[in-house]
Amino acid sequence: MPIRTEPVTVNIGPHHPSTHGVFRLRVTFDGEVVVDAEPVFGYLHRGTEKLAEERTYVQFVTLSDRMDYVASMTNNQGFMLAVEKLAGITPSPRGVWLRMIAAELQRIASHLVGIGFFLQDLGAFGTPLIYVMRERERILDLFEMLCGARITVSYMRPGGVFMDAPQDFWPALDTFLADMPHYVDEYERLITGNEIVLVRTKGTGKVPAETLVNASVSGPMLRAAGLDWDLRIKDPYEYYGRVKFDVPLARESDNFARYIVRIQEMRESVKIIRQCVEQIEPGPVRPKEVPFLIRPPAGDVYAHIEGPKGELGYYLVSDGTIAPYRCKVRAPSFINLTLLRDMLVGWKVADMIVTFGSIDINMGEVDR
Amino acid sequence: MYGIGILKGFSVTALNMIRAPFTIEYPDRRVGLLGLAKASGMNPLVFALKRPAAAVKAALGVAKIPARLPQHSRFRGQEFVWYEERCTGCASCAKLCPLGIIRIVTDPSGRQTQEGEVYDVEVFDIDLARCMACGICVEVCPYDALHMGSGFERARYAFPNLMITVDELKRAPKRPSTWFRPQLEAKGYDPQRSGTADWKLVGRHETPTAEQLKRTWVDERTR
Ligand code: SF4
Ligand code: SF4
Repeated sequence: MPIRTEPVTVNIGPHHPSTHGVFRLRVTFDGEVVVDAEPVFGYLHRGTEKLAEERTYVQFVTLSDRMDYVASMTNNQGFMLAVEKLAGITPSPRGVWLRMIAAELQRIASHLVGIGFFLQDLGAFGTPLIYVMRERERILDLFEMLCGARITVSYMRPGGVFMDAPQDFWPALDTFLADMPHYVDEYERLITGNEIVLVRTKGTGKVPAETLVNASVSGPMLRAAGLDWDLRIKDPYEYYGRVKFDVPLARESDNFARYIVRIQEMRESVKIIRQCVEQIEPGPVRPKEVPFLIRPPAGDVYAHIEGPKGELGYYLVSDGTIAPYRCKVRAPSFINLTLLRDMLVGWKVADMIVTFGSIDINMGEVDR
Repeated sequence: MYGIGILKGFSVTALNMIRAPFTIEYPDRRVGLLGLAKASGMNPLVFALKRPAAAVKAALGVAKIPARLPQHSRFRGQEFVWYEERCTGCASCAKLCPLGIIRIVTDPSGRQTQEGEVYDVEVFDIDLARCMACGICVEVCPYDALHMGSGFERARYAFPNLMITVDELKRAPKRPSTWFRPQLEAKGYDPQRSGTADWKLVGRHETPTAEQLKRTWVDERTR
């Protein structure tokens, strides 16, 4: 005799360890199957875009750290590109190389966190997360050498970076680059071949490529669906045209594909940093003539970079004063999250959290 | 075969169990007898004879010594280092702090040679409860009077106690971070090891004396 079930609505979050911050998911279940899911966010809204309107361009760097707080360097980088485009500043070559090194280190750190929490959501409680934190700690130590802070870095300035790397940074970076591939091998041994992980992630959370494109999703999610779209190649900013690297792709567009794309991107980032270290040239790290208070001419620009989570864009409107008239941030986490309902409906409860974790969102960036 | 991947994973975990720990113990570090003797600068035998109780404790593995965290000289600590001798009371730091949490009240000073040249700082409040240690105030200080500190142990029980006042700034140990101070880094200064820094050490240039000022601005022009 079939058992009649009734849909039941459950609130997950806003304070739930699996929601990666303050995020609420209102899910309707029929038995074990998700029939509807509604993301509710805004709990971490701090009005960063509005605050930018009364801050000078350099002052806003400190606020951009706090948007995606696991990838502060790339936030800085995107904003600096926008300001340089707006004010017509030519950055110093050494500053640009240092920015690229910092941004690629940050990409590794962000992917490490993404993978760690993805496995945490899978139920691999503790061990993988602690392993990735171990390596992330070394990256944060490198950041501390560069700029004295670990998370909220405020490292970049229009025209370059605020100060050259100290002497002890280069040997530390070399040992880190030598160790990192072994660490990635270790994750692969620990996780990639693990049957439980394979059963739980292969084939779950599938999204067709057209849906991804229609929702303007970007970053590793898009590349896991086999779409070769990386802004570092398609629209080379900074000196990405001068380094060689592959764009890792996967075809399946499921949770496992997203995981494996992130793992391979870390290897590629190590390659990029090595090439940057080879090509870096001596010189000033920022042009002397760039003032603290920048007064760009009236106008608007859009600058984008390939952040760890996707296309991070800044749209700046200037009215000729020292503060932007409007600052709009295209936050990759926010736009990737819009697809959540399509990804969850029809799957089981157990897959729900895994799929959510595989998007790798950061609530600080979603709500801004 | 099913299970191989899981066994491989276990081998990774088992290997990591026998590796040296990565974690740093803070605020106290557990040491053995050798470590404790080394920390007090004595030969272990001499130490065991002089302080038997502590030696037994250490041998049992329950002795602890304060741990110092590895910290780079650029570390942006929360305790600000401010040099009264260098500060002119220009209030650039207060003006350009992104959060506007520095409050400065000044008074014309007795040590000035011309009107409006140097001010005495009467109030210099930094509201640490809201400070985000961004260092913009340090970046914009034109006289190298304000520096980021190197400490971070500033937990307090109440919000008002988080306010750094001018008296506290005067009293605070002068261990400036080298953040945004390439001149300190060039001198090889490290707040952890080099001890406190004198106001003459930290500047990009020396403050001109009244005589020098007179020579540049009065004598050379009227020559
Ligand atoms: S560190 Fe930043 S927030 Fe703190 S007082 Fe200085 S400028 Fe203001
Ligand atoms: S600390 Fe520096 S910026 Fe602030 S009032 Fe003194 S001289 Fe001016």
